[in-house]
Amino acid sequence: MKLVYPNEEVCVGCRLCEVHCLVEHSTSRDLIKAFKRERPRPLARIRVQADGDRFLALQCRHCPDPPCVHACLTGALYRDPATGAVCVDADKCSGCWTCILFCPFGVISRDVTRGVIAKCDLCPDRLVPACVANCPNEALIFTNGEEL
Amino acid sequence: MSSQHFEHLIIGNSAGGIAAAEAIREVDRDGPLAIVSDEPYPAYSRPLISEYLAGQRSQRSVALRPPTFYKRNGIDAILGVRAQRIDFEKRDIELADGRAIAWEKLLLATGGSPIVPPMAGGEKEGVFTFTTLQDAERLRRAVADVRRAVVIGGGFIGLSAAQALAHRHLAVTIVELKETILSTMLDARAARLVEKSIRRQGVTIITGQSVREVLGRPEDDSRVGGVVLDDGRQVLCDLVVVAIGVAPRTELVAGSPVKVGRGIVVDRRMATSVPGVYACGDVAEAYDFLHGENRVTPIWPNAVLGGRTAGHNMASQPDTYTGATAANSLNYFGLAITAAGVVNPPNGSYEVLSASGPGDGCYRKVVLRDGRIVGLLFIGEIEPSGVVYGLMKDGADVGDFRESLLSRGFGLASLPDALRRQKLGLPVGARRE
Repeated sequence: MKLVYPNEEVCVGCRLCEVHCLVEHSTSRDLIKAFKRERPRPLARIRVQADGDRFLALQCRHCPDPPCVHACLTGALYRDPATGAVCVDADKCSGCWTCILFCPFGVISRDVTRGVIAKCDLCPDRLVPACVANCPNEALIFTNGEEL
Repeated sequence: MSSQHFEHLIIGNSAGGIAAAEAIREVDRDGPLAIVSDEPYPAYSRPLISEYLAGQRSQRSVALRPPTFYKRNGIDAILGVRAQRIDFEKRDIELADGRAIAWEKLLLATGGSPIVPPMAGGEKEGVFTFTTLQDAERLRRAVADVRRAVVIGGGFIGLSAAQALAHRHLAVTIVELKETILSTMLDARAARLVEKSIRRQGVTIITGQSVREVLGRPEDDSRVGGVVLDDGRQVLCDLVVVAIGVAPRTELVAGSPVKVGRGIVVDRRMATSVPGVYACGDVAEAYDFLHGENRVTPIWPNAVLGGRTAGHNMASQPDTYTGATAANSLNYFGLAITAAGVVNPPNGSYEVLSASGPGDGCYRKVVLRDGRIVGLLFIGEIEPSGVVYGLMKDGADVGDFRESLLSRGFGLASLPDALRRQKLGLPVGARRE
């Protein structure tokens, strides 16, 4: 399946991927309104980490054998058999955060306001995820791995 | 009565049993498969019974899988009937209603039973345990017209019960035998933080005490009216929840050839000492990767992992259990906590790193031995704990970057290039100059 891979060599740490991820997962899908007006605030599901002058933009790896799904106490996390994407049913999520402890990539966040987790869903409404489409530096690559 | 026959028979309809059934179906779409449970409900999330008790969820919304789950997967769900005897020679089981069911492969996923210590007056009406949906239903009916509750045990189950009862506006007192609550999971400093946040919600915590007697009411001695602690103190209450832990439910294999230690002993395939018979979950004593030996670690994610391994092997797809260890995440009373492995190391060959802040609600601790992680504890900002747990499970040598494990934004970016690129499935060697 196609995943988003980071190209650390060219990531400048601008965090535009976070901005566009947040907008994509907002109600208004409006760049200005989403963060400024929407309450509770939408959250970005990709996060740019910094280590000195090195930046790494990272989101869910959609593992074929996902530890978060196996650890989920409520059945809220599941792997979509059709797309392979690891998804969350927010109605079932109880905000116990067990998946956060079991995710070896550290890419699941707490949405404390809503009491549920937030994670990458690979933008099911788009052909190319918002973070990839809006990266000014092509530091995110959407590929099945062959182009790496 | 005529005997049914199944290629795969699973006793237990919770985390381990369901995970095994799904794993069997990944390999074998059609082999006759049945799940037997004495619980009358479709599989539900056991940890969510506290939200059910609190009135935050309906019985339907604690279901673990969609209503079509059993039918869609070709699973015969034989629910509300207890398996009362296993014949390992004839390879069948006898149900409480007299039916016999033959099996070729059997999975024992019977879970644990709540431990109830002997207490004078423990038989009175109003003494509950809290591990099943039925317990929660009984409690939900009982809380309607009472005001005060005592919860015996300050572990996971006790705290989840206390939280739900407090949500129901009961005055709750937790009685814990050890000097701190959650003593197997937290260190003293973390326990104090948690106790503070629980007390802030109006719950009383009494430590270093147990309940020696349950008292009746002046007008009706058969109903709970209070408890007496070891030191003679009396705490008035209308109901008591006993939540001091669970013990592997091994009675079905007592006196059988199945080897039992603390729980049912399984190998790395989750197979017991009897060919074709497997075990997983709270009833099993399975491999613990941290301690390098078999242990009983009765937690949900481990039951799922073990169930998956058992299921694959039952369906003749060889699978090896990677092992698990004690690892928990709690979000009770508004405080997020993750902990795994050795959190309170004995003095000696361990290296303990810790840091706190921002604010007094954040605390992190990592325990190392010979440059490898053997324990972690995060309170507040818990997001980095998954990467730390992953490194612990890998047995990675973290000696060169040990200090960064405690930095607030710790994540994959903090790892050495080769390790990080390998984890991400990126070609190793191409590195930034």
